Amino acid sequence: MPQSTLTVKDLHVSIDGKEILKGVNLEIKGGEFHAIMGPNGTGKSTLSAAIMGHPKYEVTQGTITLDGEDVLGMEVDERARAGLFLAMQYPSEITGVTNAEFLRSAVNARREEGDEISLMKFIRQMDGNMDLLEMDQDMSQRYLNEGFSGGEKKRNEILQLMTIEPKIAILDEIDSGLDIDALKVVSKGINKMRGEDFGCLMITHYQRLLNYITPDYVHVMMQGKIVKSGGAELAERLEAEGYDWIKQELGIEDETVQ
Amino acid sequence: MTETLWTVDESGIRDFSAANNEPEWLLNVRLDAFKKAEDLPLPKPDKTKIDKWNFTEFGTHAVKSAPFNSFAELPEAAQAVVGPENETQNVYVQRNGVPSILNISNELKEAGVIFTDFATAAKEHSDLLQKYFMTQVVKADEHKLTALHAALVNGGVFLYVPKNVEIKEPVQAVFIHDDQNAAIFNHVIVVTEANSSVTYVENYISTVETKQGVANIVTEVIAGNNSQVSYGAVDTLTENVTTYVNRRGVTAPNARIEWSLGIMNDGNTISENVTNLIGDGSFADTKMVVVGRGSQSMNFTTKVVHFGKHTEGYILKHGVMKDAAKAIFNGIGKIEHGATKSNAVQESRILMLSEKARGDANPILLIDEDDVTAGHAASVGRVDPLQLYYLMSRGIEKREAERLVIHGFLAPVVNKLPIENVKKQLKGVIERKVRQ
Repeated sequence: MPQSTLTVKDLHVSIDGKEILKGVNLEIKGGEFHAIMGPNGTGKSTLSAAIMGHPKYEVTQGTITLDGEDVLGMEVDERARAGLFLAMQYPSEITGVTNAEFLRSAVNARREEGDEISLMKFIRQMDGNMDLLEMDQDMSQRYLNEGFSGGEKKRNEILQLMTIEPKIAILDEIDSGLDIDALKVVSKGINKMRGEDFGCLMITHYQRLLNYITPDYVHVMMQGKIVKSGGAELAERLEAEGYDWIKQELGIEDETVQ
Repeated sequence: MTETLWTVDESGIRDFSAANNEPEWLLNVRLDAFKKAEDLPLPKPDKTKIDKWNFTEFGTHAVKSAPFNSFAELPEAAQAVVGPENETQNVYVQRNGVPSILNISNELKEAGVIFTDFATAAKEHSDLLQKYFMTQVVKADEHKLTALHAALVNGGVFLYVPKNVEIKEPVQAVFIHDDQNAAIFNHVIVVTEANSSVTYVENYISTVETKQGVANIVTEVIAGNNSQVSYGAVDTLTENVTTYVNRRGVTAPNARIEWSLGIMNDGNTISENVTNLIGDGSFADTKMVVVGRGSQSMNFTTKVVHFGKHTEGYILKHGVMKDAAKAIFNGIGKIEHGATKSNAVQESRILMLSEKARGDANPILLIDEDDVTAGHAASVGRVDPLQLYYLMSRGIEKREAERLVIHGFLAPVVNKLPIENVKKQLKGVIERKVRQ
């Protein structure tokens, strides 16, 4: 199977009539790990929401394609089945639907009717992934995200990632609110996904995550655009020196979206 | 003066009573109620206008249905709820108004349990029936519909559990509506004497469409000292049947009544469920699940009245409204003066799935005593688009995502239902109603 490619070209996105993204260009291939960094309010999460198809975000210009297919023409569920995944910063809580029931529906959504995954196989797979993520087994029978702590929600997002095995995953601030032990566990799960068939875009404020998951490419976002790209060393310099040198270099006074 | 069209007249009632060899007292109750029905007003369920609803016009008061003789002859929907014939001990099946199958185990018979159809109870247990029939729990002269019920009752069951008898297996009644001319006036009486216990489950199943039908159903539960009644019902009457269903219970000291109600009718429905906690230390728990669809209008009043000290009343209702369906949830916890140390708790939630669906939840606490605790929660809302987005972002199709959210919304009630059979049935009924 050839590697997948997610291509974002000149993407402009608005919410409630306000333009947040002002021409983003990005290409992620299978096997690559990208990180998008940047201060608050620069449009990072908007990019992830627009790629997945969040109902509140409106794409006003530009294209998103996955292996040449027009992603913007797809419904949210079609995007997911085409191979995209978004680990959300704030996952919804859904009462009455158990984690296991939800995960199984997600797995079966990718299979033909009559070819649903066997319960035994599903449970084996889920249990294995939960062990790796050091999650209590009873989490599978709890209602989806309901009453989960911040850390449990993040682990649960990665559990879904590991179960669904998408082509391209976007992780929106997967490190926020995690202590160092939890961060290590979550990183272990993400690193396990590494391979030629898996591309990843990590959105984060902090270089800390990148100590555990080494990116191939680092991009800095300001004012709704990617203003600088580089390798892993860029993240290290940001950690050491902050963002001011980039602002000076580019003549930016206020990095947030105006 | 509005003119009410009556399908039955006084001589019709006399004929019906005579044909069933009813005792004289019952005929007199009927005739007296029939006279009063003309002038009594309709009940006034809060926030639903019912004066144009049809409660009086139906095909025939007593259709002559051929009885079913075995489980094999039952319609599929009924077979699905009764289980295998050789394993089902205590079951009554009624076809329209006609008693069809009545099984009761020897064990229960020997213990003195009475489980029989209404007409047989009137003949063979006349004194007992007279003691309980619309005398202390529901009165014939409360309003037009209770009076009509008393006058026209044409089916139902009588279940009497003597003291110290604990019945382990559920006792079941299946009411099949398969004649478009049938009118359903069922009366159910459940009496538990001191220290006894029983689980009773009833099903209403329509297998026929009708142009104009009426169901007027009354249940009276009389729970004796320290006895327990677990009462389950799954109602699935068809679209053009207008239903008035009144399920009411009273408790002696330390008695418990649990209601597990799945009201899944497709027609206009007024449901009243009341528990009067008379005895000290008695307990009531109502769990109700509702799914509305089409253009039906429904009103559910659930009420627990605390008279005794240390009484506890719990109400938990969840409903899903599809299409242009409309539901009013009235929850009433009433604590009378002197009912010290009582606790009244209720929760009502409605989820609307379409722009045209309507829901209204009215929690009411009426407290006339200081030394009590009470609480309520109510919500009415639409499906959260972010929940659907989240589910769909995992590849789940919109319909399936909605299905998950609906089941999830009802699950906190369904999963807590104390009767396994009712839980299982309801899951199936919900699935069908949600899909279509």
